[in-house]
Amino acid sequence: MKTEKASLLVKGNEAIALGAMAAGCECYFAYPITPQSEIPEMLSRILVEAGGEFVQAESEIAAANMLLGATACGKRAMTSSSSPGISLKQEAISYMAGSQLPAVIVNVCRGGPGLGSIDPSQGDYYQSTRGGGHGDYRTLTLAPASCQEAYDQTIQAFDLAFRYRNPVVVLGDAILGQMKEPIQAWKERAIQDSRGLSWSLSGARGRKPRLLKSLYLSDGALAGHNRLLQEKYQAMRVECDWEAYKTDDAELIIVAFGSMGRISKSAVRQLRERGLPVGLFRPITLFPFPDEPLAKLAEEGKRFLTIENNAGQMVDDVRLAVRRQSDSELYSVLPGILANPTDLLEPIQRVLHT
Amino acid sequence: MLQEEQQVFSPPEALVDTPTHFCPGCHHGIVHRLVAEVLDRLRVAQDTICVASVGCSVFIYNYLHVDAVEAPHGRAAAVATGVRRARPESIVFTYQGDGDLAAIGLAEILYTANRGENMTVVFVNNTVYGMTGGQLAPTTMVGQKTTTSQQGRRFETDGAPLRMAEIIAGLPGTVYSARVAVDTVQHIKKARKVLLKGFTNQVENRGFSFVEFLSACPTNWRLSPLEANERVGKELIRAFPLGIFKDQESGGPDTESRRSE
Repeated sequence: MKTEKASLLVKGNEAIALGAMAAGCECYFAYPITPQSEIPEMLSRILVEAGGEFVQAESEIAAANMLLGATACGKRAMTSSSSPGISLKQEAISYMAGSQLPAVIVNVCRGGPGLGSIDPSQGDYYQSTRGGGHGDYRTLTLAPASCQEAYDQTIQAFDLAFRYRNPVVVLGDAILGQMKEPIQAWKERAIQDSRGLSWSLSGARGRKPRLLKSLYLSDGALAGHNRLLQEKYQAMRVECDWEAYKTDDAELIIVAFGSMGRISKSAVRQLRERGLPVGLFRPITLFPFPDEPLAKLAEEGKRFLTIENNAGQMVDDVRLAVRRQSDSELYSVLPGILANPTDLLEPIQRVLHT
Repeated sequence: MLQEEQQVFSPPEALVDTPTHFCPGCHHGIVHRLVAEVLDRLRVAQDTICVASVGCSVFIYNYLHVDAVEAPHGRAAAVATGVRRARPESIVFTYQGDGDLAAIGLAEILYTANRGENMTVVFVNNTVYGMTGGQLAPTTMVGQKTTTSQQGRRFETDGAPLRMAEIIAGLPGTVYSARVAVDTVQHIKKARKVLLKGFTNQVENRGFSFVEFLSACPTNWRLSPLEANERVGKELIRAFPLGIFKDQESGGPDTESRRSE
């Protein structure tokens, strides 16, 4: 329930930590990496003070596997990192997807490949939305564009993780993690009853033993398990979420997510002031991708320009969504470059006038 | 008048009554049974969460009546840390082979021990990667032939086997570390005692306990079950001495300095 609370001026990383607290996160495991360090620093204090468990793990790999263990017990648990660290966590994320564990993984994305930089980047779009590790699996992926959304979507991530018994990724970036904004921390902390769950481990007292696993060796068993997982990923489509800004009468729709969605929104606003028919479509869930509303816009005859802080990843999903009627142009802002709204005006107008 | 039959022996309740799928002469079954006996003895099977690993060890969950979760290769100790922190009231143990624990999972086991997590680690060392076909393991003995050291392990290129029970004993967070064998009745009896101590420590909240079992792998050693069993006594125990390398009331950062005084 939303209650009136005073605004807090916090960094996006701190908003994520506060969101995790409000969501009733009881266990948090992490390894230091820039630009997400405020999350472990803050939770090492406030989570422990609230009686929760904080472990600074020996590696990203260990942190993700501690998360696996805690979620197997039905606890609301989280890890956070940034791109190179998220790569290391992929093994455990694959196992958690295969074992159907409700983990929350925050990626405050930075430039890559390799060590890249600590600059903002959206280069982990593929990794977040295609599974990221081995095997046929998906993680629900949320893309906040403001500190308030970082707080709200971290809470939402826990709810979705338990609704679908599936890992959920919150994909932010260095802009979001490091910028300060006022947020409404509206939710009171509430702890979930982890023993009431039908699948969680607590010792088999008074019931049959439970097993959480991803190994299916007998004939056809893995196919059956994969079918169940795929049905679940289909069922997640009802969670599709997006922001549509001035799309009704637009000729050209800018498609952008996260921080780039917000920067693009400023550009769209400026171009609207000049009377140009542009709008913004900002996917909030990256998986499931909101392809139906995009397809509908394509049916209305709109054209599309995808703007990303990477070499062009989400544009694949936009093209798939609109493929029957339209296509999408791409304007790529490579990681390592921080775009201003004014930088986008010319590229948008160029596409509008072609 | 005939007296009614009196049952004087029965399998442990925590052990699942099922035919084994393990190879003839494999020691996993004996170790499973000892774990089940200890859980029964302490009356904690229904409070126990088992963390299975990757390799032949993974199938422990088919043989014990306990809650279980499967860890990725080498990560059992990290997964068990998550379980332990989430369920401080449960009994938590990992069951891991030598490739899993001493190669790919070396960081996880060292740091879990070093944090003094209150749990028990059951480590089955048969000197080879069993499930994948008998390759060189971190515990393969110098001179031992495996499918990836076909001329025998060479110290010059492969290094020497890791003695995990001794390494773990050297960490301040560890309260108990021992190595046992199950090749003879005498050794099995000793192993049961040691394992009981390893779990009792946890029940009494003392901290991290580590029990290494020397185990035969007849299939990958290319030996008959009897020959493989004999090899444990003749060769393995020489390379990996049996014993209790650490046994103290509790772990703590001042353990080392206390000892040197």
